[in-house]
Amino acid sequence: MKILVCITHVPDTTSRIAFTENNTKFDSNGIQYIIGPYDDYALARAVELKEETGGSITVLNVGTQETEPTIRKALAIGADEAIRVNAEPVDSFFVAKQIAAVAGEGQYDMILMGRESIDFNGGMVHGMVGELLGIPSLSPVMTLELDGNQATMTREIEGGKETLQLNTPFVAGCQEPIAEWKIPNMRGIMSARTKPLNVIEPAEDGTATKLEKFELPPAKGDVKMIDADNVGELVQLLKNEAKVL
Amino acid sequence: MAILVFVESAEGKIKKSSLEAVGFAAAMEGDVTAIALGSEVDESELSSLGNYGASKVLHQSDERLNKGVIQAYSSVIAAAMESENADILVLANSALGNPVSARVAIKTDASLVSNVTELPDTSGEFTVKRSIYTGKAFATVSLTKTRKILAIKKNAIELKETGGSASVESFDSPLNDADFAASITSTDKTTGEILLPEAEIVVSGGRGLKGPENWGMIEDLAKELGAATGCSKPVSDMGWRPHHEHVGQTGVKVSPQLYVAIGISGAIQHLAGVNSSKNILVINKDPEAPFFKAADYGIVGDAFEVVPKLTEAIKAAK
Ligand SMILES: Cc1cc2nc3c(=O)[nH]c(=O)nc-3n(C[C@H](O)[C@H](O)[C@H](O)COP(=O)(O)OP(=O)(O)OC[C@H]3O[C@@H](n4cnc5c(N)ncnc54)[C@H](O)[C@@H]3O)c2cc1C
Repeated sequence: MKILVCITHVPDTTSRIAFTENNTKFDSNGIQYIIGPYDDYALARAVELKEETGGSITVLNVGTQETEPTIRKALAIGADEAIRVNAEPVDSFFVAKQIAAVAGEGQYDMILMGRESIDFNGGMVHGMVGELLGIPSLSPVMTLELDGNQATMTREIEGGKETLQLNTPFVAGCQEPIAEWKIPNMRGIMSARTKPLNVIEPAEDGTATKLEKFELPPAKGDVKMIDADNVGELVQLLKNEAKVL
Repeated sequence: MAILVFVESAEGKIKKSSLEAVGFAAAMEGDVTAIALGSEVDESELSSLGNYGASKVLHQSDERLNKGVIQAYSSVIAAAMESENADILVLANSALGNPVSARVAIKTDASLVSNVTELPDTSGEFTVKRSIYTGKAFATVSLTKTRKILAIKKNAIELKETGGSASVESFDSPLNDADFAASITSTDKTTGEILLPEAEIVVSGGRGLKGPENWGMIEDLAKELGAATGCSKPVSDMGWRPHHEHVGQTGVKVSPQLYVAIGISGAIQHLAGVNSSKNILVINKDPEAPFFKAADYGIVGDAFEVVPKLTEAIKAAK
């Protein structure tokens, strides 16, 4: 089984978001970067599948050199080799084209990634890659089991889930509870240093959107505290002030 | 300007978020055609889309489309954009809409933006505002291709009824085996309940509720409010509640009129899923709980005492 896992390099979930250069650039000052939490689930499931059935895991990131520590972490968790497409991941369309180009060369049985990145939350790359390659794409995938080249998955739908069957190859956008996040151990960290990390230039240019500016939401007003013995007052506020009842 | 709107239905009714998508397209002053798939929604329900601004509804009433088959849906919608000469597609952000629209974008060579929060600005370049960093910021982006797809966030527009009614035409785009390569073998779905992403009011419980046996009072309050129920991540991790109720950074993102958080501490990852709610009410026994900083209304108290009293008070106020 050859598995391609696509990861994003994103600010830690506790990051305070701010912008610089006249609200056109993300302020990375003091930001800790992590593997996208959804991508981390995809990687964890890939490692389990490799343990069950053998094979290899290639991790792919579209990003500039500063993403390499994040890629090394994925190698430490259990990927065998990595590819970095040396470019700013400017939009979903551009990233999907890069992934499809790598996947087209590599004959992977499955392409796993997170259901969305936590910076732009597009939730689009898996579908675009599937369409570019002409293979099925499913998201958000909650479980993934393999039996030879047949996969059984559950996909979350509003108010529940559905079970699907399909053959490899396919693209899956993953979320919990597909696997538990894995923490790299010492051996993994040591071996990650010498695993291959190949840097390639972007296959094709072309974007579909252009960023104009960023902005932060308006500051939140103060909270109104109501006494626990006076829920009637709360009901009046919800009715007359918030107008939600 | 011809605009196509993809509408979804649940239990035979068009989803509220899809009505908002139709209203959004109408507010863009386009000539609005909606498209619906599957045989479970009937003609009178479809023609009622005229009340929100659609002039025509295309209906591919193929039974195989009663389930949300991602590839087949994207083929039909791309074909409809073609046949209607629609350069713009509008749809609601959803567990089905997003993966479908991604494939449509490639098929039609369109610029696609999801999580759109406002009407586009078409005075110069075509730009839209969208939420990013899980609701912690916004970005304005321009869509540079001729064709454009907008997946809109709940409550991006206020729903207006226009009193119109739409003509319904059958649509029959051919589908092939590849469109059904991923076959849905079973569906496990709650019925008769308000769907969490669709709800105007959400009542959520956290670890402070101590165990799944205590959810009765959450459900009672939700019922009284006409609300959907949600929960924090540890609650779904421990199996107290099903995963599709998990709200937050790694779960469902909601933007209701009112979000009620009971026994939830307000970790930054939980807040990321609720920060675009219009109003937030927090009930927590710890006055230092971080959630109060993000709230509009707060009660410090024991949920086991406060929640039943609140349910009674709402009942009494009706
Ligand atoms: C990468 C990442 C992603 C994450 N994604 C999510 C996510 O999507 N959603 C999410 O929710 N979490 C997420 N988390 C977890 C998050 O950090 C918190 O651990 C979690 O939200 C805490 O859940 P809680 O508030 O229910 O529990 P706790 O933090 O244990 O809080 C329980 C609260 O209940 C109160 N309480 C106790 N008893 C009572 C009572 N009798 N009456 C009233 N109040 C009471 C307590 O004062 C406390 O504030 C994520 C974490 C990480 C690292």
